[in-house]
Amino acid sequence: MAGHIPSYRTPLGRARGLGAAHHGVSGFITERATSVALVPLCLWAVWAVIAVAPGGYESAFVFLHNPVQATLAVLLLIVSVVHMHAGMRVILEDYIQNPLARTGALLASAGLCLFIATAGAISILKVAFAVIAPSVGV
Amino acid sequence: MTQARTDAGAPKAPGAARARPLSPHLMQWRWHVTMAASIATRATGVALYVGAALVAIWALCLAGGEASYAGFLVVMGSFLGKLVLFGITVSLFYHLAAGVRHLVWDAGHGFQPQTANMTAVAAFAFGIAAAVGVWAVAFATGAA
Repeated sequence: MAGHIPSYRTPLGRARGLGAAHHGVSGFITERATSVALVPLCLWAVWAVIAVAPGGYESAFVFLHNPVQATLAVLLLIVSVVHMHAGMRVILEDYIQNPLARTGALLASAGLCLFIATAGAISILKVAFAVIAPSVGV
Repeated sequence: MTQARTDAGAPKAPGAARARPLSPHLMQWRWHVTMAASIATRATGVALYVGAALVAIWALCLAGGEASYAGFLVVMGSFLGKLVLFGITVSLFYHLAAGVRHLVWDAGHGFQPQTANMTAVAAFAFGIAAAVGVWAVAFATGAA
């Protein structure tokens, strides 16, 4: 800025309230922790797709009706969503300079992540809690 | 990079209070494998964002009943659907390898240029090889 007005505020006074207060690393740790959890979950997901795909609807339904598989499916979705929300946030913050557009994109991403997790989890639970598996039980 | 040096001494842009040194833009760098790996990690991350949405759509269609699930299978079983799924498979395995590479870096290892180059190539190779392997199994078992 031309004609810089001298400030009598100390550097500490200027920085106070602007920076991270001992929680700056939480995003970093969240990304790493979820990435570690996603290694086995993604390998399970690849196996699950190959196991379920040949059998069509019935095979997929029976698969998600199993509480262990349903648990892993919900875990996969939730952990993925936390991880991809953090990752997409970094990308959007890097590439969108306009504050309004950036805030809009961040909100859209957060909303989409919440929607994916909620819609996916409710659908998985609906199948998991179904009273009768079609053409297998009763 | 000579670019950074010339930028620092660049004349003031009209209207700018002072010429700030700019970091060299992407296009100024010689293309190298660790750079490609870094960009690919982000790109595959975005692709996997779509992949997670597909998992949710799969669950929604399954919960919707036989008719909606049949519709899902028609879309994903089409050539375009399979192409998208193959791309997501490559992205998944590449991003997985790149993630492990990053975890090793976080632990303080693998920063030697030769090591970083080698692990970048290994991550690309793993991503493609694992995806091809999985799809070979999928075709063999009737999953694809």
